[in-house]
Amino acid sequence: MLKTFAKGGIHPPENKLSADKKIETLAIPKQVFVPVSQHIGAPAKVLVKKNDLVKVGQLIAEQGGFVSANIHSPVSGKVFKVDNVTDTSGYKRQAIIINVDGDEWDGKIDRSEELKKDFDFTSEEIIKKVQEAGIVGLGGATFPSHVKLMPPKGTKAEILIINGVECEPYLTSDHRLMLEKADEMLVGIQILMKALKVEKASIGIENNKKDAIEHLSKLSKDYKGIEVVPLKVQYPQGGEKQLIKAVIGREVPSGSLPIAVGAVVHNVGTAFAVYEAVQKNKPLIERVVTITGKSVKKPGNFLIRFGTPISDLIDAAGGLPEDTGKIIGGGPMMGKALNTTSVPVAKGTSGILIMPKEEAKRREIKPCIRCAKCVEVCPMGLEPFLLMTLAEKAMHERSEKEDVMDCIECGSCSYTCPSDRPLLDFIRLGKNQVGAMRRARSQR
Amino acid sequence: MSKLIVSLSPHQLGTNSVKRLMYGVLIALLPTLFVSVWFFGLGAIVVTLTSVLSAIMFEFLITKYVLKKPNTISDGSAIITGLLLAFNLPSNLPIWLVIIGAFVAIVIAKSSFGGLGNNPFNPALVGRVFLLISWPVQMTNWPIPSPLSDKFLAYTDVTTGATPLGKLAEAMRNGDSMSAFAERVPDYIQMLLGNMGGSLGEVAAIALLIGFAYMLMKKIITWHIPVSILGTVTIFTGILWLVNPVKFANPLFHLLSGGLLLGAIFMATDYVTSPMSKRGQIIFGVGIGLLTIIIRLWGAFPEGVSFAILIMNAFVPIINMYMKPKRFGEKVKEQD
Repeated sequence: MLKTFAKGGIHPPENKLSADKKIETLAIPKQVFVPVSQHIGAPAKVLVKKNDLVKVGQLIAEQGGFVSANIHSPVSGKVFKVDNVTDTSGYKRQAIIINVDGDEWDGKIDRSEELKKDFDFTSEEIIKKVQEAGIVGLGGATFPSHVKLMPPKGTKAEILIINGVECEPYLTSDHRLMLEKADEMLVGIQILMKALKVEKASIGIENNKKDAIEHLSKLSKDYKGIEVVPLKVQYPQGGEKQLIKAVIGREVPSGSLPIAVGAVVHNVGTAFAVYEAVQKNKPLIERVVTITGKSVKKPGNFLIRFGTPISDLIDAAGGLPEDTGKIIGGGPMMGKALNTTSVPVAKGTSGILIMPKEEAKRREIKPCIRCAKCVEVCPMGLEPFLLMTLAEKAMHERSEKEDVMDCIECGSCSYTCPSDRPLLDFIRLGKNQVGAMRRARSQR
Repeated sequence: MSKLIVSLSPHQLGTNSVKRLMYGVLIALLPTLFVSVWFFGLGAIVVTLTSVLSAIMFEFLITKYVLKKPNTISDGSAIITGLLLAFNLPSNLPIWLVIIGAFVAIVIAKSSFGGLGNNPFNPALVGRVFLLISWPVQMTNWPIPSPLSDKFLAYTDVTTGATPLGKLAEAMRNGDSMSAFAERVPDYIQMLLGNMGGSLGEVAAIALLIGFAYMLMKKIITWHIPVSILGTVTIFTGILWLVNPVKFANPLFHLLSGGLLLGAIFMATDYVTSPMSKRGQIIFGVGIGLLTIIIRLWGAFPEGVSFAILIMNAFVPIINMYMKPKRFGEKVKEQD
């Protein structure tokens, strides 16, 4: 029996159309739009001004607080202007627009392909390098990685869990990275282990990526303390709390961080970025993005510099299909619908999914028949039907008592509802209101 | 390019629908329907058709002229109510009584609370119990099965007799021993196949179990309610039987007789009138199991499943209030 998390979960059609497509490098565009908020936390502070010349890897915006991240120039050229640009959030936010000229890299960066296994850095040195390189969680949450490497006082990390689950349907960027950059990733994991001072790391991978499991299991024998844990295919296993439960059987208490059970989770993509930052001095300036969809002519995986408009990526995949109804940044379960193709690729862009109009339409809402399927699939043990009703009736105190804040917004409830009720929409509203209530309370 | 659709996640929806679930239940009921027609002939067909058609008709009239809501017949729930009501009736019940039963089920028990999803009590059972209390003679005049005989075309003109549970109640009143009683009822194989007196859809244990397996396979229901009902009945009657095998019937007899399987598999699992959490469903099932046996052994009626389910239906809101699903991370929270 393969391991998985204990409760709830669904199994949507996997649709991994681009799983066999090797990572290709996308050409650098003429102009890039680099947002200063590509992470959770404070926006980075812009360090450049109009007409400044920049090189690839040069710091152009520095972290604006403890929970924030540096931004480096993904291209070389001249700063055109600093302006507001619509990004993946759907809002216009500050971005640095650079006109590209050639591809001249910062001299410190080692651009060779050679695998560098050995390292001799202290934990503090590694964390500093990770922080300087502007690395954030590349699974999609974009939480600054250096913060996760510094457990709060009184807590101690026991195990590093590497997230290679990629449970979102369609997405394959992590899968390809595990196949093509396995050694680099394993060195990255060892660096993270050193930073956290742990002896053990487990890579959780779902069983629909047998080739990746096999490949990493074989290679990981040469790396001390790293094991691969094959997992049963079950959404949302890539959720941090679900993954920890699946791999080490511990439940992160409600309202706590993973460190409460001695675990720290990083994504496989993050591990690779850490390798590049520590061993090659290369800041985070590009990532692998899946471009996919049932009507897309050439679904694939591309290595893309940040700031490249997604229209470039769509063109590389054979253009926007006729029947396009929705363009999603991320996967179909938790991704964000985009309102334009000029949105730039950012650190959190794991994939672009193009959905045909027929599938993208919302269905008619029917009355709740109290079938309890939403309760059955909720991985957090909540009662989505009740939380929706409470949000509709603005009974937010009761929502808080019913643990609405535990919701991880995985969407399993809305996916499963036979009456097509927009459960998660209303639960988000409830969370929002309860959050506001709590903030008001703490200010009193 | 035309305008892009922008909405919140999840962007992909599953293939579940009310229709799919309801038609799944209908398919699960088919084996039982076949067995009923086999044993009870034309009567089973007449009662079933009358019940289903009048349920559909009342649903249509109510939604169109009283509730003024969109037509809900195609979701299949009225068909299920009609079918389940028929399954809870004797096959020789006069047509007009069947129509009254369907009226009570659809109009009073379901629509007056606001239609699908809002009724606190199982509509088919309300219909049945209304008939049982109002017309006790007609409702307990059980035809004896006569598979494929010249009686096939008979409807109300059939041989009738007591059900195994009726005989049990009588034996207990008279203080007869169980070994003497065993000779008066069909053996277990016949009971499993359904060759005994009773409501037209409750007799065929094997067909009901096939339906159960189908619904589990298609994930229409989970095991919690049926298994907790049947488990409770087994344990409760098992203890009594072990204590005094002369006075009390064994668990197998209780499992196979009366409407227990029909009730546990198809009536108690009604989505609308059962609890939402697994814990709640188990409590609900245990309650039904206990009440059923208490009514069977010490109540005024020989059979108690319908009453037990309706009584537990009334407890569902309070069960939902206190029996929450186990939250993720809850156990650890308590230890703090």
